[in-house]
Amino acid sequence: MIINLRIWRQEGPDSPGKLADYTVREASEHMSFLELLDVLNEQLLADGDDPVEFDSDCREGICGSCGLMVAGIAHGPQKRTAVCQLHMRSFKDGDTITVEPFRAHAFPVIRDLVVDRSAFDRIIAAHGYVSVTTGSAPDANAIPIPKDAAEEAMDYAACIGCGACVAACPNGSASLFTAAKIAHLAQLPQGQVEASQRVMAMVDQMDVEGFGDCSNYTECEAVCPKGISVDGIASMRRAYMKGVLSG
Amino acid sequence: MKLMNALMSPVGRKVLTGATGIGLVAFVIAHMIGNLTYLSPDVNAYNAYAYKLMSLGWLFYTIEILLALCFLLHAVVGISIQVRRRKARPVGYKFYKSAGAPGKSGYSARSMIFTGIILLGFLILHLNSFKYGPGVAEGYTVELAGIGEVRDLRRLMTEKFQEPLYAFGYPLVMILLGMHMRHGVWSALQSLGVMSRRLSPYLYTTAAILGVLVAVGFLFVPLYIYFGV
Ligand code: HEM
Ligand code: SF4
Ligand code: FES
Repeated sequence: MIINLRIWRQEGPDSPGKLADYTVREASEHMSFLELLDVLNEQLLADGDDPVEFDSDCREGICGSCGLMVAGIAHGPQKRTAVCQLHMRSFKDGDTITVEPFRAHAFPVIRDLVVDRSAFDRIIAAHGYVSVTTGSAPDANAIPIPKDAAEEAMDYAACIGCGACVAACPNGSASLFTAAKIAHLAQLPQGQVEASQRVMAMVDQMDVEGFGDCSNYTECEAVCPKGISVDGIASMRRAYMKGVLSG
Repeated sequence: MKLMNALMSPVGRKVLTGATGIGLVAFVIAHMIGNLTYLSPDVNAYNAYAYKLMSLGWLFYTIEILLALCFLLHAVVGISIQVRRRKARPVGYKFYKSAGAPGKSGYSARSMIFTGIILLGFLILHLNSFKYGPGVAEGYTVELAGIGEVRDLRRLMTEKFQEPLYAFGYPLVMILLGMHMRHGVWSALQSLGVMSRRLSPYLYTTAAILGVLVAVGFLFVPLYIYFGV
């Protein structure tokens, strides 16, 4: 299949960028979207041009490194799929696809489609962990946890920190990511000890990083490759208010 | 101080828009039901209802002040949230599309700032036409059995809604109010942390029903007056 691409090219953090047009003639519907970009880059290198920079690592939807706006949607049109798992069969022969980096003040562009998502690391560093002694794995298994709580914790733990929720949010809010981390730990007895400090510190860090406020548009849930639910955001708000009221 | 910081946090700002929004929703529903007394076969029902409200005395004024505070806070925080979005994404997308379901971002959600600002403008015009419009001093009076002479609001309403601008402008704004509530009601509950896996689908539908009921309840009276009398 023939695929036309309009890709955001930007030399560096402070240089102006623009959309550039490319055509890949040897695309196959079995390729992933990132493999299509690999083919494009070989073409560019053969022509002596700079390849398009983009992030990826596992290419199996579990690491959270990849992340592109494909055809106007974070991770592309296929639901619950990271862009590394998006296949060209989602497109038609002759399609023109716009590819842009995830955009947010807190996610500055480094080059082309690569953005700096370390703001997420700082939200985790604020308190996205358990600092009480939890023992080793057998000790953890000695604490009974209701099946429903374990399942819910697991659902929220599925967040891979890709940043698609921020990219899709009309406000550039990081609420879904932050809520996923908080809701995950809040389900487990080891996490409950520091629940209040955790939610306050992480929510405040979100603000410090310059993410926007949440208007409950729920675009985040629609693009999340792991289907994290916005119910987590309601639960983060409950936990925050509880923290404020209990002092 | 700690509470102030908490209210200015990303969660706090939403708790503010949500709580004030719910207060406004309660007011709007009460106001809508009150207006329906215009349709009562007893021609004095509407004026008697208005008079009874006013004679609540300090309770009435307390509610008025609370409402004014709700409107003010709601508008200021709501608009500031929308202003911050530009700072949070200074460089926008050349091409952006809503991803659709399971997202719930329809016209109502995306137009909150527009419907909100129109409601603010409408509120000022509306207070000016009715609350601060012609009253007893201008001869708009009616004699109520057992009460005496009171302001004839019913006459003012009947006159105003003979004018096409009022008769059709009001219903239009009420449809926008319905849209504001369609997203607003469930969004406020999400902001206040009421939504959950079990409740969300019901509350989402309730918001839509409330939006439609309030819009229809409000827009019926002006159209009834224009076409009916
Ligand atoms: C004074 C004029 C008004 C303005 C300027 C205004 C503005 C706004 C804005 C901008 C939002 C979205 C906030 C956000 O993005 O997070 C909003 C939400 C909301 N509005 Fe209004 N609004 C007004 C009047 C009303 C009225 C009369 C009602 C009652 C029916 C109402 C109920 C709500 C509710 C329930 C929400 C949801 C709050 C939340 O998401 O937490 N608003 N309003
Ligand atoms: S919540 Fe979903 S979209 Fe957001 S960072 Fe986690 S996995 Fe990515
Ligand atoms: S490359 Fe690891 S999730 Fe896509």
